[in-house]
Order: sequence, then structure tokens, then C-alpha cells
Amino acid sequence: MAGTGTAHLRSADDVLLRVEHLVVDFPSAGGQKVSAVADLSLDVAEGETLGLVGESGCGKSTAARAIMQLPAPTSGTVLFEGRELTAMRGEQLRKLRPRLQIVFQDPISSLNPRRRVADIVGAPLKVWKQGNDAERRARVDEALETVGLDPSVARDKRPHEFSGGQCQRISIARALVLEPKVVICDEPVSALDVSVQAQILNLLEDLKQQYGLTLIFITHDLAVVKNVSDRVAVMYLGKLCEVADPDRLYAAPAHPYSAALLSAIPVPDPSVRASASGLVPGDLPSPLAPPSGCRFRTRCPRAEERCALEQPQVREVADGQFVACHFPLVGDVAPPADAEVAEATVS
Amino acid sequence: MPEADDLDLEAAHRGSINPVSTLEPTDTAQVVEHEPLTMRQQRARLGIGGKLAIAWLAFVTLAAVLAPVLPLDDPNQSVTSIVRQGPGTDGHLLGGDALGRDILSRMVWGGRASLLLAFSSVLLGLVVGGMFGLVAGYLRGRTDRVLTVGFDTLLSFPQIILAVTLVTVFASQQGTSTTRRMVVLILSLGVVSIPVLARITRANTLMWSEREFVQAARAMGARTTSIMVREVLPNVLPAMFSIALLGVAVVIVAEGGLSILGVGVLLPTPSWGNVLAEGRADLRAAPHIVLIPTVVIFLTVLSLNYLGDIVRARFDVRESAL
Amino acid sequence: MHASADEFPRAGRGLLDVSDLRTQFRTPRGVVTAVDGVSLSLQRGRTLGLVGESGCGKSVLSRSIMGLLPPTATRTGEITFQGERLDLLGDDAMRSYWGVQVSMVFQDPMTSLNPVMKIGRQILEPLEVHTDLDKAAARETAVNLLRSVHIPEPERRLKQYPHELSGGMRQRVVIAIALACGPQLVFADEPTTALDVTVQAQILDLLDEQQRERDMAMVLVSHDLGVVAGRTHEIAVMYAGQIVEIAPTTTLFSEVRMPYTEALLKAVPRLENASHSRLQVIGGRPPDLASPPPGCRFAPRCPYAQARCHTEMPPLVEADTPGHFYRCWFPVGTDAGREALERNVAAKVPQAEAAVTGQLTVEAG
Repeated sequence: MAGTGTAHLRSADDVLLRVEHLVVDFPSAGGQKVSAVADLSLDVAEGETLGLVGESGCGKSTAARAIMQLPAPTSGTVLFEGRELTAMRGEQLRKLRPRLQIVFQDPISSLNPRRRVADIVGAPLKVWKQGNDAERRARVDEALETVGLDPSVARDKRPHEFSGGQCQRISIARALVLEPKVVICDEPVSALDVSVQAQILNLLEDLKQQYGLTLIFITHDLAVVKNVSDRVAVMYLGKLCEVADPDRLYAAPAHPYSAALLSAIPVPDPSVRASASGLVPGDLPSPLAPPSGCRFRTRCPRAEERCALEQPQVREVADGQFVACHFPLVGDVAPPADAEVAEATVS
Repeated sequence: MPEADDLDLEAAHRGSINPVSTLEPTDTAQVVEHEPLTMRQQRARLGIGGKLAIAWLAFVTLAAVLAPVLPLDDPNQSVTSIVRQGPGTDGHLLGGDALGRDILSRMVWGGRASLLLAFSSVLLGLVVGGMFGLVAGYLRGRTDRVLTVGFDTLLSFPQIILAVTLVTVFASQQGTSTTRRMVVLILSLGVVSIPVLARITRANTLMWSEREFVQAARAMGARTTSIMVREVLPNVLPAMFSIALLGVAVVIVAEGGLSILGVGVLLPTPSWGNVLAEGRADLRAAPHIVLIPTVVIFLTVLSLNYLGDIVRARFDVRESAL
Repeated sequence: MHASADEFPRAGRGLLDVSDLRTQFRTPRGVVTAVDGVSLSLQRGRTLGLVGESGCGKSVLSRSIMGLLPPTATRTGEITFQGERLDLLGDDAMRSYWGVQVSMVFQDPMTSLNPVMKIGRQILEPLEVHTDLDKAAARETAVNLLRSVHIPEPERRLKQYPHELSGGMRQRVVIAIALACGPQLVFADEPTTALDVTVQAQILDLLDEQQRERDMAMVLVSHDLGVVAGRTHEIAVMYAGQIVEIAPTTTLFSEVRMPYTEALLKAVPRLENASHSRLQVIGGRPPDLASPPPGCRFAPRCPYAQARCHTEMPPLVEADTPGHFYRCWFPVGTDAGREALERNVAAKVPQAEAAVTGQLTVEAG
């Protein structure tokens, strides 16, 4: 990884959302700070699903929340439909909120237990004073139907009367009722049973078609992300490792971390055995004192001296496959930093 | 632990855990599909203790409220024949005190003063403390730090000393009216309950503000006040009420203490505390004068505590069903 | 209509034999039968995978066998461990088994370790209670244990508190504690669910290695068929308190008979599938265990279900491969099953359509 750079970004005119050099710091004990996200750049085209994958502590959820300005990032820019969210404050930002919605991981925690479903789903309409009572009711019913719940049964119940999967449907209905442009799904199926997980994944695919939604799908599950994404970004310890389209990434991962993640996935096939062999044994380093150079180097089987000295820059190693690694599994060894700089100045 | 780390770790834990790690099948997913307990079933859960507690509180409250219309003697009228006489004498159900006043009447009218004092001062704490607690817990940061220092300062005043001081300074001059004394008592006991309720509210608000539905409300563009009032407050109320009920019990007992120190409800207006205080002189000759208010206070406090538990448990049902 | 114990032939006397185990809980809604007539047998050195979704009774089953149930539970049936009837023993007698002969690795290392006690104390405790090692020897054993679960710098770890370790390290400590007294049987209850994928693989490798080295029997409980697939000799699939299919691991995946197992397998997104491929869904929800349906418990959600399935509970019957048992009237991969599914698709039965198209019509809230 675990590096930085913006080589993978497309032209700003082609994308709906563009995140550049995003940094999110948290204060930590003893006056130190932790960079949960350290110089992350991403973009999402309209109608595309970007899968954001990584293990706990990689900063994927923090990044998603920073994109939504909940809370705003420490530095970096977020451009949404050409407007810079990071420069907005107060009312201006609030007015944009309906365009960007989020679905959380825990379906139960994301619904207020004391309110009825119709209230929960209708709350955004109330906040924005859209329509009269009858119109709001109609829109809530429509949203509930869209997510596969019978409004006549569901509207007057409270969240605890539903199963986890149904609660997640309610959350999705709430996110959709304002007709957002972008929906960030933060581990939306991780808390669900497999059979229910499949229902929600199918539902999200349908909704994406139906409403032309743009999704940012955050998960630790590579199989899930492959299923839903048009483009996948792998993160490690606050940095970007690899960006590629899912079929390519899974067929030929370029970053050693992507490869390790892929080999560790348990597959329901007794002849394939998930293994941790792609990794040097050891723990995730503390984000308080991340390794120098490439942050992945302490666990990377391919690490060399250069990895400790020089932070890898994102570069294209194959068509549509970008990686931040000096010694990737696909493509050539990264040119020395000086050459890169020289090249950059020339162009 | 760095906060960043916590965020993701916590999410990872909550997330990938199969919701049914617990043993009791009441936690499993399929339980959720059942109708919630009906009112009737919930009432059945009150148990005999709960019913008795509610009945007793209803009884004393009703008696206090209806005191003016009940066929009672004047609580301040002395009847020589029942001086220090035990219950039942001359048709006086609870007997008479040292001045020959009807104890039943003084207890009923006394309940009016004691309960008014207790409920008003706790209501003050509930409103003021609740508001500050909610603001501190939701906004956190500097606001929280400043308010918490405030609560802690208030909390460190000894309750009785504070009340004694305030009453002595503001409501014990010659010609102080009963109302004035009452107001000062309510304020001084209320001030003490403010930090208690504020802290409880703050702690619960902190917990509920972490929940994702609060984040979702922010993401949809709801305003801060509206999130605090509509999303957080309803979830925090049960805990607040539960503590408030305990607070009422504490104030009833405190009023007894103040009466003994001579700064309770102004005589001759009766309160449970001053009936008790006045009876102390005759503890040997006429123990019933002390015994009656003691039993009434005891039962009321017990019922309030019991009810506080029930309030919490009953509202927790919603959560445990999740 | 319960399948009786005799229907499940036991492969002789194993290390552990469970027969017709039934665990019930008293709840405000009535009696919930969380484990309903489960029989199984486990040999030394073998690993059994126990798979099912939330609430299927897999965790309750392992706790029932261990005798770690809350007071609201009642348990019937026979549990024989090394020839001893564990179901007849009380808590006092069980204490000499817990941690010594049978032990458990819990799901969440955050909560299964005591946060205010040093790691060393937590490992030494079972050693001091159950063995007559002296202080120095016990400490030596503890260090070796930590080393055997691949914890670097074991001496230093003894003096640390759980919060000073990462999630994966904590789970290694939990495993070390479970192995401390050399148990014959280990229950691993979702041991990796709270961990990251790369850590998960390491922990599963560790359990595997320890199980082989110590020749223990292991029950690996998981909701993830992927987790048990490469790590077990045999897999039992549970649904609504019953074992609905049990088979040697390779057989289960190659010759699925029970529609529920098939549905579980098809609902998982696979790496080898292209992006945006549609997943098969299982409609509806597991039944209420306080009043389960009279017939097959999966019938209301099953794409194959026929009239008979709703009224008559299928017994656990043996398939062609020895040791493969399933509970179904119209099993997958047989002519009866194929015809049943075709009939249901033709009749536009929603579950069958859902299975075929992945589309789920509006749920009854």
C-alpha cells in the first residue's frame, strides 16, 4: 500500500464524486493524533458502484463518513457534482444532505426504537417539509413497497417487530425517500444471515437500476464486494492499495495485500482451503506509529528495503488496474522515485 | 486506545457477529417476528409487588389531592379528649397528637405538602437537569466539559446543609408565609436534584447519540435541536423517570430530616416530616404519633423505588426484544 | 412426529455420543424448543462442523452438551462422553470435566477474557485448579502454551492485560486457555466471527494444527459454510433446532440432498461468479420455535415443498453415501426433487420463483 497519488482518478467531468487527498485525523491519548485516513483519493462515476474493501482499522468507514462531512475531514477536498463539499458550512451543506445518503451496518441500531416505521421513513420528508400529509404518506408507502415491505402492514409497527433483514430494508427505504444521487452503504449486510444477505444484495442491485443510483459499498467481505461493484478499491491502514474493476482484481490481483485478502476468504468448497499464507505473520501495525514508506511492508512477503524508504505512488499496471506498490504482482517494478518526478515535471 | 481504531474495531465486532451469540432464545431473530406483548400481558408482568406499589401511591396521592373535600377534621383544631390518645379514640381513626389534633387529618393534609414539595422539586430537577444533560451529552466537547464541571460543583454541596442555609437565610424571618417557605424548600431541594438528573441524562444521551439512527438523522439534514428532542430524548426519558422516582423518595425523606432540624414545612401547616418531628417528644408516652408518619413515609419510599425499577424494566422490554 | 433417536444410527461408541438431545427454554411466550431431538457422534481426532443461521440452535446445542445452560433451560436426552453419562451429572461433578476434558472457545475474545485480569493469571488459573503443578512448572506450562499458539514473546504477554493485545492475539490467548489442561473435546463457537478475514484464516489454521497435534475431537460451530468447508471431517446443518443434513464434508458439498443446505450454498456470493450475478434468496423466516410447523420445518420457505411436507415431518434418512443423512421428502438431486421443483415453478409458488430468479415479492411485514 499502501500509497498515495491520484493516477487512478478520471477526468473530473466524467465523475459524480471526486475525493482528493482526504485526511482524517483523530485525537488520541497523550496529545497524539491518529490518521485513520491518510491521503486517500477516489472517484465515482454516475451510476457506478464503487466497492471499498479492507479489514477493520483500514479507515474505510471513516473515509465514507468524511465524504459525507459527518464529520468533515481534517483536510482534502470532496467534489460532488462539481461543488466542493469540504468548503461548505452550515445551511449550505445541510441543503445538500438529501443528495447523499447512508445505510449503516447495524440494522437495529440505525432505527430509532421508539418511532413507528412510517415516522422513520417519513422523517426526511418532514425535515425538508416536502408535500402535505397525504403526499408524504404516499411517498413513504412507495418507498416501503420499493424495498419489498407491505406498507399497510409495516407502517404502524416499530422496528423491534421486524427481523434484521427487514430493518435493513426500512433503513434503505429511509435513505431512498429523498431520492438521493449517491448512497453510501456501510457494511449493509455484515450483520445479516447469509440468506437475508442475498436478499439485500439483490435489492440494492434492483434499486440501482431502477433509480440510477450511484453506490459506495463498504465491506470487509471480498466476495460480497465482487458481486455488487463496478470498481473496487482496496484499503490498508488508511491508504489505498489497489483500484481495479472487480473481475480483473479477482483474477489477477496486483497488490500483495489484495492477493493475501483473496486467499484468506473461506470458500464453501472443501477442496479450496483459505489460508493466511500470503501474509507475513504478525499484527496490523498501530495506526499511531504507521510503518515508514509503504504501510503494508511489515506484513508483506515481497517487501524490500525500498519499501521502507519510499512511499509507493498509485500507477497503472494494466488496463484499468491501478496499484500503489513498488513490486506488484502484475506489471513492472515501479520506476525509481526520481524518474517518476522527472516524468511528472515533463508532462 | 485511539479513537479511530475504536471506531472501526467496534464496527467490525458489531458487524460480523452473528446476532445469536447469546444463549437465551429470546435473543434470536425469530422472536422478533412476534407481536409485542399486549398491554394486558405487560400489566400481568407487574406482579403483586408492582400492583401494591401503584395502589399505595395512588391512595396517598388521591387522599392528598382530595383533602379539602374529604370529611376530615380541621388538621389544626385541638380536641382535648384525644390528646396523645391512640388510634380509634372517639372515632379518630389514627388518634390524636400532643395538641389533640386529629392525626389522620394531619397526615392527609401533610401528604399534600410533602408530595407537592417532593414532586415539584424533582420536576425542577427533571426539566433543568434533563435539558442540560441532553445538551452536554449530545454536543460533547467544550460544552460538555463546562456543564459537567457545573454539575459536579452542584453535586458537591451537602443537600441538607444547603437547604438549611437557604431556608434560614430566605424563609425563617418573622412573618414568613407558608408559601414562601415552601417555594424556598422546593428550590433548595430541586437544586440538588438537578445535577443527579443531569448526569443520568447525559450518560444516557451519550449512549444513544452513538446509535446510527442519530447519524442517519444528521445525514438527512435534520437540525441539532430536532435530533436531540425527536430522536434522542424519547429514548432517554425512561432512565430519567426511573431516577426521578427515586429522587421523589429521597426528597420525602429529606423533608423529614429538615423538619427535625426545624426548617421543614412551616408549622402549623402539617407535613409528614413535621408530624414526625413533633411526635418525637412523646415517643415514650404516645409512640403512635411517630409510628404513623414513619410507616407512611416508609411505604411511600418503598413504592417509589419499586416503581422506578418497573419503569426501567418495562421500557427496556423494547430494547431486549431487539 | 419427532424423529426418534433410533433413526440415527451411531457409528459405534465414539468419544462423544449424543442421543435425542432436547433443550427447552421457558419464555414469556411459552416453551421454546431450541434443540429438538439431536443425535450425533464424534470420534477422537475428528472435527465436526455445525452450521446454521441465527437462532437455529447450534450454539445452544454445544452449550447443552457441555451443560452450560441458564436456569430457565431444561435438557433431556443422553450425552455420553468417554463412556460417562454427562447428562446425569450436576454442576459440581461437571466441574471436573469443564476445562479439563471438554472446553470451549467463545466467539468474542473481547468478552470471553476478563479485562481486569492479566493474561498470565487467566491462563494459570485452570492449571492451578485442575493440575498439581507447582508455581514454577505452571508458569513454564503457560509460556509453552502461549508459544504453541504462536504468540510472540510469551513471557512478556503474561504480564499484559487483554486490551493490550489485538483481536487475533486475544483469540489465541482464549485458545491457549481452552487447551491448558489438555482437553479431549473442544467446542469452538464461532471462533472467528469477530475477526478479520486474514486473522480468521490464521486462527482456523491454529485450531486445525492444535487439533491434529493433540488428537482432540473438535466441534466447529459457524454460520459460514466457507469456514467449515476446508476444516472439518463432517458437517451437520441445523435448521430450527434440528439437524437437517449431516454428511462427510466432501459428500455434503458434492451431493447436497436437503433443499435448505442447497439454498444456503446458493445464497453466498462466490468469487468465481462474475460481478452483478444474481444470488438465490430464501424467502420468509425460520419458524417460531415455540410453535413449529407440524411438517418439515423448512417447508414454508422451501422451493421444493409439496403438500406432504407441510403435514408430515420427514425423518432423518441415509443417502447412498454411508454416513450421509438428510431430512427431506423430495431431496435435491433426485427425480422426486426435480419433479417437485418443476411443479412449484409451474404453479408460480413464490419460494420456487425466488429460488429460480432471486426475486422476492413483497414480504408480509
